[in-house]
Amino acid sequence: MELIVASGIGFLTAGGVYLMLRLRAFPVILGLAMLSYAVNVFLFSSGRLAVNMPPVLNPYGDATYTDPLPQALVLTAIVISFGMTAVLVMFALGAFLEAGDDQINMDGQGEELDDPDEEKDDLTETRA
Amino acid sequence: MSHWIIAPVILPALIAPIIAFVMRHDITLARIASVTGTLALVAITVGLTVAADSGETFAYRLGNWPAPFGIVLVLDRLSAAMVLLTSVLALLVLWHAIATGWDSRGRHFHALFQFQLMGICGAFLTGDVFNLFVFFEVLLIASYGLMIHAGGRERLQAGLQYVVMNLAGSTLFLFALGVIYATTGTLNIADLAAKVQAIPPEDSAMIRVAAMLLLVVFMIKGALFPVQFWLPATYANAPAPVAALFAIMTKVGVYAIIRVHTIVFGPGTPSIEILVQEWLFPAAIVTLAIGAFGVLGAGRLMPLLSFSVVGSMGTMMLAVAVFTPEATTAALYYLVHSTFAAAALFLAADLVKSRRPGGGLLVAEAPIIQNGLFAALFFGGAIAMAGMPPLSGFLGKLLVMDSLRMPAILPWAWSAILMGSLLTIIGFARAGSIIFWKSTALLEDLPENADQTDSAVVIVATKPATAMEVAPALLTLVILGMLAVFAGPITTYMEGAAAQLFDASGYVSSVLEPGQGR
Repeated sequence: MELIVASGIGFLTAGGVYLMLRLRAFPVILGLAMLSYAVNVFLFSSGRLAVNMPPVLNPYGDATYTDPLPQALVLTAIVISFGMTAVLVMFALGAFLEAGDDQINMDGQGEELDDPDEEKDDLTETRA
Repeated sequence: MSHWIIAPVILPALIAPIIAFVMRHDITLARIASVTGTLALVAITVGLTVAADSGETFAYRLGNWPAPFGIVLVLDRLSAAMVLLTSVLALLVLWHAIATGWDSRGRHFHALFQFQLMGICGAFLTGDVFNLFVFFEVLLIASYGLMIHAGGRERLQAGLQYVVMNLAGSTLFLFALGVIYATTGTLNIADLAAKVQAIPPEDSAMIRVAAMLLLVVFMIKGALFPVQFWLPATYANAPAPVAALFAIMTKVGVYAIIRVHTIVFGPGTPSIEILVQEWLFPAAIVTLAIGAFGVLGAGRLMPLLSFSVVGSMGTMMLAVAVFTPEATTAALYYLVHSTFAAAALFLAADLVKSRRPGGGLLVAEAPIIQNGLFAALFFGGAIAMAGMPPLSGFLGKLLVMDSLRMPAILPWAWSAILMGSLLTIIGFARAGSIIFWKSTALLEDLPENADQTDSAVVIVATKPATAMEVAPALLTLVILGMLAVFAGPITTYMEGAAAQLFDASGYVSSVLEPGQGR
């Protein structure tokens, strides 16, 4: 089980990082979603992997239990990452509607640069 | 006293939804609520700072659960100073945003502003790394909204990059927390400090990974090399008052490094040793260099100011990276200074930028109305940021350099700071003379040109700035002057904060022991 969980986290992370490095908004969003899945599973396993054990102490016996805290942490993390992904989708949509394409890159030409000016030679571009 | 500790978090958290739901159609009402809330926040944080000045570490246990199990907020000198800094800065920025009408150019400015304050204050007060993550997310999600306030193509694209960058950072934060929990079984900072000390050096692999992951996360927030690249694009494209408020957000990263990497992963920890210093110090030097060259090379006003913020982060981190009480004192003084210096510059730049036809473009144009006034504001901010007397930047840099006297690092640190300052001065002088000085030269050439229709040399008819619009920028400069005048008491306070910070056992006992710290 450890191998499956560990390699699952590994593949999700690898895929997430790969997708996040794409230049279009949609793959980047998918990549971040995959990364957040990976981190959720990772957080879950940080309380050690256990099967068929309750996350509560049993006062009537010496029953083993699994650590409940990572489950609470994962719940928080899921809620936050879900909300953040929704925000990101709205941002990407907004940027797409404003710019007409879903490039993550900025072209570096600000709107302020649009007016033709003879002193344009003085201009040093700082953003590639 | 005890319940006031949570007030800086609760107050904005209550005001924000009221503004968002009840007052969203009435900007006047929203402004009144927002200003009232921020004024109350200033009053509360002043009270907290006075209380913390006694040197006691107050722990506030939510629901009165005992410390490592429940959530704690911790108030000591450092966190009190940080929330005070936040609230004062917020008041100035809010004033500017209202006076210049920035807040009415999009929706929900005031609600987002209050949520942002909630996140920042929470991040400064929390005594639990997972809650630090939660408050980071609160301040980030509010900052996403503020960043794209008033919209526009450039701003949305820059905003998208900013969100992606920070979401990646949040994921990394969670990985770090997972590793910490798996290794130590706790996320409470005080409990962590005790448990990490007990980890023997031969078992240190996991905790070292966690320390470095956390460092990278905080470096993203603090815009340090190699993860500084989001800052110039974000600050340059954010609305200027928002950029001024963001001056405190980079400080959240620095605060987190100071807090966590001093108390938990401090230099005396057997399992960590000097790992953090080894990486932080060179990163700070490169950050400083990037900032200085960026200031020199920027073609527009807002990127120029953004790079000067990067440079100041580098200077601050040089002092943080050595992890001695003296250097941390210097870093804290410089932190307060650089927050206000950045805010002063962004507020002044907004006044200038909104009046020039070319915006923030660094080309000579006809002078704007009240050219001299804006030139003076910009000049004051630039003096502070570059670190020249009489404003507090000079004292701050002097303190930082004085605390970096160790022979191994002195040549690197001093030459980086001094050369960085020189480049920053040149960059600011160049920008200032193009915007404010060459433009008057254009006007003097006017009779020779004799061409009245040449639009480039006609004074642009814009409204003169009212006293209300100029006041926040001016007040920020006054605060910078006060920081220099009252450098003695402030440094004494910061010395106390640093001493408290390096007394990890005092922190641990006042948070963990039930009778202590209230």
